[in-house]
Amino acid sequence: MNSLLLSSQTPALFSADGLAGLIFLIMVAVMLLGGLMACTSERLVRSVAGLVVCFVGVAGIFYYLNSPFIAVMEMLIYVGAVSVTIAFAIMLAAPEQSKKFGPCGPLAGPLGFLTAGLAFGGLAVLGYRTAWPVQAKINNGGMELIGVQLLQDYSMVFELVSLVLLIAILGALILARSGRNH
Amino acid sequence: MSLLTLHNNLTTYLVIGAMLFGIGIYGFITRRTVISMLISSELMLAGASVNFMAFNRFTAPDPVVGQIFTLFIMAIAAAEAAIGLSIVVAIYRNYTSIETEDLVKLKG
Repeated sequence: MNSLLLSSQTPALFSADGLAGLIFLIMVAVMLLGGLMACTSERLVRSVAGLVVCFVGVAGIFYYLNSPFIAVMEMLIYVGAVSVTIAFAIMLAAPEQSKKFGPCGPLAGPLGFLTAGLAFGGLAVLGYRTAWPVQAKINNGGMELIGVQLLQDYSMVFELVSLVLLIAILGALILARSGRNH
Repeated sequence: MSLLTLHNNLTTYLVIGAMLFGIGIYGFITRRTVISMLISSELMLAGASVNFMAFNRFTAPDPVVGQIFTLFIMAIAAAEAAIGLSIVVAIYRNYTSIETEDLVKLKG
């Protein structure tokens, strides 16, 4: 289980490990391209398409992190539900194309790039320099165990999240309906 | 460590999460409509989820906890997206615009 120490020798490209590494790189590229498309394209519909592509990549990365269940949930919730909701909101709220292009103000682009670069650099350097402690696994993290733990140790949080979702749905209905009369 | 063994490395996933977070911050600052800012915040949340899952895979003794936490993040993010989008629709009804420059009713 101690996979931090397994990454010493390079596999051949057309072995199973090599192909797994190649597909991982493709997934990362898909995720980054989708994220950049979501954040830089002028049209909102293209941003949502970029978001979908990015979340497909993120689901692939979750698969490589030993959790196919979370990968499936990412596909279902984000690629399926959230993107469709955003597309509906775009249809309801943004009929005409904006006449003003580009970032708001002359300084927003460079300052945004600087802030994002600082955040990325700081987090990446911190993650690279720290010696993370590795402990032995006590189970394999399979889907059965997730179900058992959700209904035993985390049942309170589970119920609370259900309540939050219910209240959010009701609140969304009330908010979206309130201005319809006038 | 070569390119093909990157997926067995904790640092790779931390850098990926930081990249997603940085892209989200850039979009959040530079975009001019409310829906785009919501999309960027979804990217930031995805970066945080990748971080959680990476630590769950490599350093946590019980690999179930991080997956459950990521599930909760997804649920809260879905609730946040639903509320945010209905607020966007309500804003559009009142202002007939979703650009942040036009929402200046509180400006003195």
